[in-house]
Amino acid sequence: MTAQPGFTLQRPQPEALTVDLEGAWTLRALPPQPAALLAALDETVRRLAFTSDKLEDWDTRLLIFLKTLLEEAAVRDISVDRTGLPPGVQRLLALSEAVPEKTTYGATGREPLVTRVGRLTLNISGQTRDVATFTGEILLGFWSLFTGKAPFKSRDFFYFVQNCGVDSLPIVSLIAVLVGVILSFVGAVQLQMFGAQIYVANLVGLGMVLEMGALMSGVIIAGRIGASYAAQLGTMQVNEEIDALRTMGISPVGFLVLPRMLALMLMLPLLCVYADIMGILGGSLIGVTMLDLSLIEFLEQARKTIKLGQFGQGILKASVFGVLIGYAGCLRGMQCGRSALAVGEATTSAVVTSIVLIVVSDSIITFFLYR
Amino acid sequence: MPAPVPAITVANLTMAYGSFVLQRNISFTIEQGDIFVIMGGSGCGKSTLLRHMIGLKPPASGSVYYGAASFWELDDEERSAIVRKAGVLYQSGALWSSMTLAENVALPLQHYTDLAPAVIAELVSFKLSLVGLAGFEEFYPAQLSGGMRKRAALARAIALDPDFLFFDEPSAGLDPISARNLDQLILELRESLGATVVIVTHELASIYAIATNSVFLDGDAKTMLATGDPKTLLQECTHPTVVQFLTRGTGKREVRTV
Repeated sequence: MTAQPGFTLQRPQPEALTVDLEGAWTLRALPPQPAALLAALDETVRRLAFTSDKLEDWDTRLLIFLKTLLEEAAVRDISVDRTGLPPGVQRLLALSEAVPEKTTYGATGREPLVTRVGRLTLNISGQTRDVATFTGEILLGFWSLFTGKAPFKSRDFFYFVQNCGVDSLPIVSLIAVLVGVILSFVGAVQLQMFGAQIYVANLVGLGMVLEMGALMSGVIIAGRIGASYAAQLGTMQVNEEIDALRTMGISPVGFLVLPRMLALMLMLPLLCVYADIMGILGGSLIGVTMLDLSLIEFLEQARKTIKLGQFGQGILKASVFGVLIGYAGCLRGMQCGRSALAVGEATTSAVVTSIVLIVVSDSIITFFLYR
Repeated sequence: MPAPVPAITVANLTMAYGSFVLQRNISFTIEQGDIFVIMGGSGCGKSTLLRHMIGLKPPASGSVYYGAASFWELDDEERSAIVRKAGVLYQSGALWSSMTLAENVALPLQHYTDLAPAVIAELVSFKLSLVGLAGFEEFYPAQLSGGMRKRAALARAIALDPDFLFFDEPSAGLDPISARNLDQLILELRESLGATVVIVTHELASIYAIATNSVFLDGDAKTMLATGDPKTLLQECTHPTVVQFLTRGTGKREVRTV
């Protein structure tokens, strides 16, 4: 058992103070607070010295304690004799004082409000330009796709198609079936009061086809694919891989962004159709088990209700969501800074931006279609 | 007969991030076939200068000339024509991590030539064997050591037989022997390709071993302090910061190559 760290103060002469360090001054032990010692440094003390005969062990704990003490002594213009300290402590203290202050990067401190507002305002124009450039490059990319050879590898494109299409089916199935069940359940409770159980099929069918199929697959893909695009492109930004493309004269937008966006634009409408079907099947589950409807009856009722145009409406929404998710995910990835933290922020921001854009565009489309 | 136009001329360049000026009044010339070193302490703007020269970041003011053409005043087409003649080796290698080494080296070839896949595969194997990575075609960058990744990135940089080769801290993170081998490789490539080489580094050993010309940037003075052959600078330069740097702070003016 090592002794607790501590010190005793002695006044060999009226103007001199000696600090006897004792015990084990390590980070594991509880430290004595320097307050008692600082209080002893009154006007009469002109010289400070140390003894360390009873000091058993030391680490950075002792160094930071001494550093505080020495700074205080310097302020009060007290001369310090360090010869009583262990040689290692003396060397480390000297080393910590020898590092020159770096002035080039001057500490910025907190800027005044006006400066910050001004800087933010200036940033807006820069960001707008970034977004406009990005959009323009995407359009140029699509143009070159229609006029000449694709600026990306077809293997990449098929990988992304598989990644956001087939690989998303399990989670889309689960969510769509459950949404169908929920819609059906909520409707059943109400419609049963009027003996109109059969209309649950109308409710589920229209609900899925017009709204929930597209919305749910959009949200799932925003989380699954939008986030991964932002993280992929962000990491490539950190590794200078995007710079490497640029200095090779290959457009990063054409090579990286285009196949991702195309895959999403192609797969999201398909996923939406799939989600519609799964949702109606989920709804029929409740119809069959709780409402004494036959499966054929339920599906036939849903089929009679849904017009082809309404089906198309959901697919239109899904197509728009596909563009928006791909755009938000890739934009955030390309804007990413050069650190692990920035990649995380880009990912979060991609998902948040996608979901906001999905809901806003959904309301706008619905408004114009029903006006 | 008029004097030949230098391969690259940097004139009155100012580098800035927003309102923070990193360096100003940078001017130097790089002759055809030079191995030109951009040196200076950490954080003084060496890599930023490189980014200005390879077209990744427009300078705050001043110009970069390739031959007689002012790089940043050209239109996109002409600029990418120049960029196409340059190979860049990034500090981290910057290999595309989702592709194998062969695909990494092949991509510029596929993009700029109409060669048949079999020919490209042969070219790729040859370039990889030049950097000592024959047989590693199907490896992914993550499966390689740091030194091998650097060499693979070099193979990619020389895929299109460039006229200009840019290196950002080529020997950073390499052991002394790998670093020396890389230096040798750079020298041999310069000889055989006839390329002009620009290197950002602060490794004194490689500076003395391969450089024929250099510029010294200083972060505190915010400008260049000297330009010329580093061995000559070591003997003749009088600026204390340059002498400190070139002698590792000892002040002894003798060339020590490994």
